[in-house]
Amino acid sequence: MNELLNTEVIFLIGANTTEAHPVTGYRIKQAVRNGRKLIVADPRKIELAKYADIWLRQRPGTDIALINGLAHVILRDDLWDRKFVADRSEGFDEWREIVEQYNPKRVEQITGVKAELLEEAARMFGQAERASIVYAMGITQHISGTQNVLSLANLAILTGNVGKEGAGVYPLRGQNNVQGACDMGGLPNYYPGYQLVESEESREKFAKFWGVELPEKVGLTVTDMMDAAYAGEIKAMYIMGENPVLSDPDANHVIEALKNLDFLVVQDIFMTETAELAEVVLPGASFAEKTGTFTNTERRIQRVRQAISLRGNSKPDSEIIVALANKMGHAWSYPRGPVEIMEEIARCTPSYAGISFDRLETRGIQWPCPSPDHPGTPFLHKDTFTRGKGKFHAVHYMPAAEEPDEEYPLLLTTGRNLYQFHTGSMSRRSKLERMRPEELMMIHPNTAREYKLKDKDYVQVESRRGEVQTKIQVTDHIPPGMVFLTFHYKETPTNRLTINATDPVSNIPELKICGVRIKKIKPSLISK
Amino acid sequence: MVSIKINGNLYNVPADYTILKAAEENGIDIPTLCYEEGLTITGACRMCVVEVKGARKLLAACATPVTDGMEVQTESERVVSARRDILRLLIANHDLRCLTCERNGDCRLQDYCYRYQVEDTPYKGAKKEYPIDTDNHFFIRDYSKCIKCGKCVLICAEVNGAHVYDFMERGFDTKVTSAFDDNLQETTCTACGMCVNVCPVGALVEKSVLWQGRPWEVKKVTTTCGYCGVGCQLKLKVKDDRIIGVAAAKSGSNLGHLCAKGQFGWEYVQSNDRLTDPLIKRNGVFEKVSWDEALTYVANRLKAIWQEHGGQAFAGLTSAKCTNEENYLFQKFMRTILKTNNVDHCARL
Amino acid sequence: MKGILVCGGTGCISNNSRLVHDAIEKELSQQGLEAEFELKYTGCHGFCEMGPLVLITPEEEFYCRVKPEDVPNLIDSLKQGKVYEELLYVDPTTKEKIKTRHDVPFYQKQQRLVLKNCGIIDPENIDDYINSGGYKSLHKVLTTMQPEEVIQEIKASGLRGRGGGGFPTGIKWEFARKSTADKKYIICNADEGDPGAFMDRSISEGDPHAVLEGMLIGGYAIGAWEGYIYIRAEYPLAVKRLSIAIEQAEAKGYLGQNILGSDFSFSIKIKQGAGAFVCGEETALMESIQGNRGMPRPRPPYPAVKGLWDRPTNINNVETFANVPVIIGMGSEQYSQIGTEKSKGTKIFALTGKLNNTGLAEVPMGITLREIVFDIGGGISGGKKFKAVQIGGPSGGCLTEEHLDLPIDYDSLLEAGAMMGSGGLVVMDESTCMVELARFFLSFTRHESCGKCTPCREGNTRLLEILQRIVDGKGEKEDLERLQSLGENIIMSSICGLGQTAPNPILSTLKFFRHEYELHVEKKICPAGVCKGMISYKIIEEKCKACGICKKNCPVEAIAGEKKQPHKIDPAKCAQCGVCMEKCPFEAIIRG
Ligand SMILES: Cc1cc2nc3c(=O)[nH]c(=O)nc-3n(C[C@H](O)[C@H](O)[C@H](O)COP(=O)(O)O)c2cc1C
Ligand code: SF4
Ligand code: SF4
Ligand code: SF4
Ligand code: FES
Repeated sequence: MNELLNTEVIFLIGANTTEAHPVTGYRIKQAVRNGRKLIVADPRKIELAKYADIWLRQRPGTDIALINGLAHVILRDDLWDRKFVADRSEGFDEWREIVEQYNPKRVEQITGVKAELLEEAARMFGQAERASIVYAMGITQHISGTQNVLSLANLAILTGNVGKEGAGVYPLRGQNNVQGACDMGGLPNYYPGYQLVESEESREKFAKFWGVELPEKVGLTVTDMMDAAYAGEIKAMYIMGENPVLSDPDANHVIEALKNLDFLVVQDIFMTETAELAEVVLPGASFAEKTGTFTNTERRIQRVRQAISLRGNSKPDSEIIVALANKMGHAWSYPRGPVEIMEEIARCTPSYAGISFDRLETRGIQWPCPSPDHPGTPFLHKDTFTRGKGKFHAVHYMPAAEEPDEEYPLLLTTGRNLYQFHTGSMSRRSKLERMRPEELMMIHPNTAREYKLKDKDYVQVESRRGEVQTKIQVTDHIPPGMVFLTFHYKETPTNRLTINATDPVSNIPELKICGVRIKKIKPSLISK
Repeated sequence: MVSIKINGNLYNVPADYTILKAAEENGIDIPTLCYEEGLTITGACRMCVVEVKGARKLLAACATPVTDGMEVQTESERVVSARRDILRLLIANHDLRCLTCERNGDCRLQDYCYRYQVEDTPYKGAKKEYPIDTDNHFFIRDYSKCIKCGKCVLICAEVNGAHVYDFMERGFDTKVTSAFDDNLQETTCTACGMCVNVCPVGALVEKSVLWQGRPWEVKKVTTTCGYCGVGCQLKLKVKDDRIIGVAAAKSGSNLGHLCAKGQFGWEYVQSNDRLTDPLIKRNGVFEKVSWDEALTYVANRLKAIWQEHGGQAFAGLTSAKCTNEENYLFQKFMRTILKTNNVDHCARL
Repeated sequence: MKGILVCGGTGCISNNSRLVHDAIEKELSQQGLEAEFELKYTGCHGFCEMGPLVLITPEEEFYCRVKPEDVPNLIDSLKQGKVYEELLYVDPTTKEKIKTRHDVPFYQKQQRLVLKNCGIIDPENIDDYINSGGYKSLHKVLTTMQPEEVIQEIKASGLRGRGGGGFPTGIKWEFARKSTADKKYIICNADEGDPGAFMDRSISEGDPHAVLEGMLIGGYAIGAWEGYIYIRAEYPLAVKRLSIAIEQAEAKGYLGQNILGSDFSFSIKIKQGAGAFVCGEETALMESIQGNRGMPRPRPPYPAVKGLWDRPTNINNVETFANVPVIIGMGSEQYSQIGTEKSKGTKIFALTGKLNNTGLAEVPMGITLREIVFDIGGGISGGKKFKAVQIGGPSGGCLTEEHLDLPIDYDSLLEAGAMMGSGGLVVMDESTCMVELARFFLSFTRHESCGKCTPCREGNTRLLEILQRIVDGKGEKEDLERLQSLGENIIMSSICGLGQTAPNPILSTLKFFRHEYELHVEKKICPAGVCKGMISYKIIEEKCKACGICKKNCPVEAIAGEKKQPHKIDPAKCAQCGVCMEKCPFEAIIRG
């Protein structure tokens, strides 16, 4: 993230960094202060839009058109890195055919971004020696999320901004250990280290390593699990440290699904909305009470150290899992605790092979770290891509799953604010709560006027899936016709409104777009 | 590279170094109050002055670039005399209730007074006194202890971008504070607490540490922030098995910088709402049970379902908030014991 | 045709010179004499205390304290080609009337090089400047010289900065020339914060084009095409005349694109300062132009490398710039004949204090203090004895009798513990208390400290407190040592020139008048009789008859005493008015 200080141009898209990843936000602001250029693409007037040299206010869900448009101009004006494309990529010609269709005029029609502004941004990005792309959930939480990411990758390859200092693509992860959970195989299709469940070789390797037979079938994703539970196909769930009732789309559906289970065990540090539905609740430990490692968004593996003793009779989650395994008749034993678990991880996960607690004592290490003497890898794809050559993926713009219509005329988008986090189970139990104790739905002054609403009025927001109540904040932070809610507040469980349409590849739900309608209500209808 | 002499010894250092950096890297400690790596060098406190051969005045080591052949004395008589006077001047205009100061024992002003044997000040006269501002939720502002190093001004402006503070008034009346001396809630403050962390004295202090323990009784545990994916490094301040605050740690790529969540969002850990015992729901009500009972119960339920429906009837959600080790064990549990790949987490949220 | 030049400098204006000008204008028109006399409203002559001044050219007849009522008679005399004796300058010692300006003692030892146009030309008329040779140097530079040659010429002239530091101007220009950047700046420092100094104001008011011409030549030399004049807002007339000058220069093509058909372009903006003394310090000044709080930044990097908006910047004082056209005009060889070995040319001093003649005087470097004080300044007023001069403004140092024959230049002053500064020169006579004087100067600098660095912010306050204590008669034995060592440390360790010089008046008075300090501290006596705190009144018990008259008369109820008991004065309450001593019928009260 400090590499952003050395880049020439930062292209920030779908990331409200200063609220969701504030320290990365600082770096971007510092970079701008040091004379670096910033292009922001966001429908909302996020804080960094004020720092930007160019702010592209595209319509929500039109990112691919916008990105293809940028690529179009870069190609047209001959600002691309011919050598890099020739030496290091494939699929260029096919992709080029698609991109040629995205001329600035057409892109303007789809995205609402003025053709001249798009061209200016493309030139700024294309002319830079070193440029970086930063994105977050605003890119991924769409049914076209994977395509969005691929189109950004296309842009980076086209301009040769891959694998060199001060350039590259930086995805920002939401929760602190999203990266680690993925690395560790907390995914239905991957073993640790992204070794495919589908690959016989991997399966055999792990079967041997763990000394058991392994199931062949690729697993279900969260959304599919919920559907399967709803349909009665899944009978029991074990949920550790997650609160899908508030965090997942279409919350009513999630609640129904969980209620339909024969058995639900939830392991958490708080009685969350999800834990309420469980038959057994196991008390885990917070980050301050246990040892281990987290892997951050830069793939840096860093230590977590126990600072205080366990609360009451709670236990570190690893101990709970081990104890349960033993109860299930499996003689798991890690007497040296997380140190020993990491040793096992290193043995089966090539990118973590060189990691050990000792090495992490003073500083974290960025994977891949294939051996104990390897210093770690700050830049991926330095000389070659993981899969050999960088592939251009021909991707087309496609509309969102549920665009506003007559019945639900407003576009709801969701995100975070600075003082709260995720479903609020942590931040709301701290002094931060005083900074933002309640949901404030953002609504543009013009839209507010249409509905005869004033600042601090209360509204009911309804979608095809549910309804919530909230106070409003009238602001030009978002464009007319759009409203913004976070998912931090259980009093306003925003995900009752969202749609569980998912990206077919990543299965990430389209939390950023759905249609809603609003009506004014009395404050008494909302309770805390 | 240039070669310079510090206290008679020859060193080769890169040409873009300052005297301070050159000294630091060679194990020579020059005292500083206003210098902070990464922030603009203002040369304001003058604590770091050194004697450079050929220069008519003492020069600030933090602000002066090295030049080839430079000869520097870092503790000469003139230097020490100047530093002693700077310290005497600072303490002459400082609320010296050190006995109960939260920074007692963790204060650069104290440390340097000790180092230069400044026991007291001959400069008795006017003293700037201000009421302590306790109006914001997170920290107090006790400007009677401010030494006007300006670091809070810089970190807020240059790192956060919030531009909350500036110097007000002139000369002896100078005060470092928010615009119009406003309560921080009325400003653009984002409660990142970075100003508190850079303050070298007791002028800015987290409310949570007040009267909780002397600095030397407080254990500082370096760890990784539990909130977002940036993974900032920070130090939990622990006293009597309780977290009382957070200090900056410079070992991560956050370089000691934090946001409101990392700095002030830790209290949930000690919330009374924390689950402390395993619970089993019986007749719609949760009952506290022992671990053995809970785990046996869970194991039996799982085994029964497994017998009836096999692995495909299970699903598990592991956690983006848990450690790598826990995630690893969880998926291993699902895959090797429940025999299903139905394991996922809210990665995408 | 004769010229009637009415002084329109700030000093004369405040003495109603405008009315005099208007009266003359009216008189000329009534008498139909417009064709015979050319009336001009000029800049300052420097002899403001004699104003309003009227000068008649070409003879240089010099009329002082002209009032509107005098105008008809004056014009009558002029019409007849006669001298109007009544308004001539009278030599205070010889009581002789002096006819021409150059014979007035105040002007005799002056060498008006930079001020040559001041009081002579109409500063609001560019043609007047051009007719007296203005913009010739610019023309010469643009048509015949390479920038490097200009720098060479300035270097050869030996010109040093007149803003205080005395840094060689040519070398400074060379540094700025050598820095490469997309843009460079020229700044003219017209902040002139020294109280009592007004040379920069006078030049800007009286000969603004000379400043512009100097800046233009500087811009050409270093490769800048934008300039700023940073001037204090308290100088409205100077601002106005500079603005008019800029407009006229633009109209005539001396400013703007492709000046005089060359490929050199230059523009000048005026930026008004809010009047903080420290904003005259070059880095604080640049912060101020950039819209920040005026606080000095550490140097290096020097402005020539990283100045205004981080671009290479050359900053010079008004008087420095005004020297530039002179040098180019007469050539460095001739210019460098003037002055001493290491200080060339002239310097303008602002003479104030206990002198017969006060005002602005431009003298060659190397002139002695005696010549300034006794010849130009006409000696000490009121027939008192000379005691010392404070030279270099509030943070300069003092010189005493033993320095009277010192040839004054940058280096000799520094050596003597004073400095050239901007050229303020305050003369003290025997009635001045040197401790109080130091206190007075320090109270100014202390107030003007920007507050950034510790030694200056805190230290000067402590110095002032100690001095206050001493003049209040509460000085402690250790105080002199404290003043000395703290003063030295402030000088050694402050960031900018303000702190680095603020203790100078203390250190130099301590050096030359230590016994005065000692008397104050040890004996609580102020030999000059100035410090109130020194004088104390006491009742001699034996003599007191307890009449109560003193008690009744004391305005601050400092006297207590019962019937038939000797009375007592509470020194803490006493205001030292002396009424009690005056009133006591028994001479029982003494002053000590
Ligand atoms: C506190 C302080 C005040 C100053 N004020 C002035 C001023 O009013 N005018 C000025 O020309 N220089 C002033 N200077 C000096 C400038 O910093 C700078 O040296 C000067 O403008 C350079 O011009 P010169 O080389 O032509 O002298 C001041 C310096 C200090 C430290
Ligand atoms: S808490 Fe952060 S934003 Fe607030 S004043 Fe301090 S540095 Fe600035
Ligand atoms: S509050 Fe602290 S950090 Fe800020 S200027 Fe004062 S001493 Fe320095
Ligand atoms: S010496 Fe005085 S005026 Fe100069 S920077 Fe320091 S405090 Fe400010
Ligand atoms: S640390 Fe160098 S001046 Fe403060």
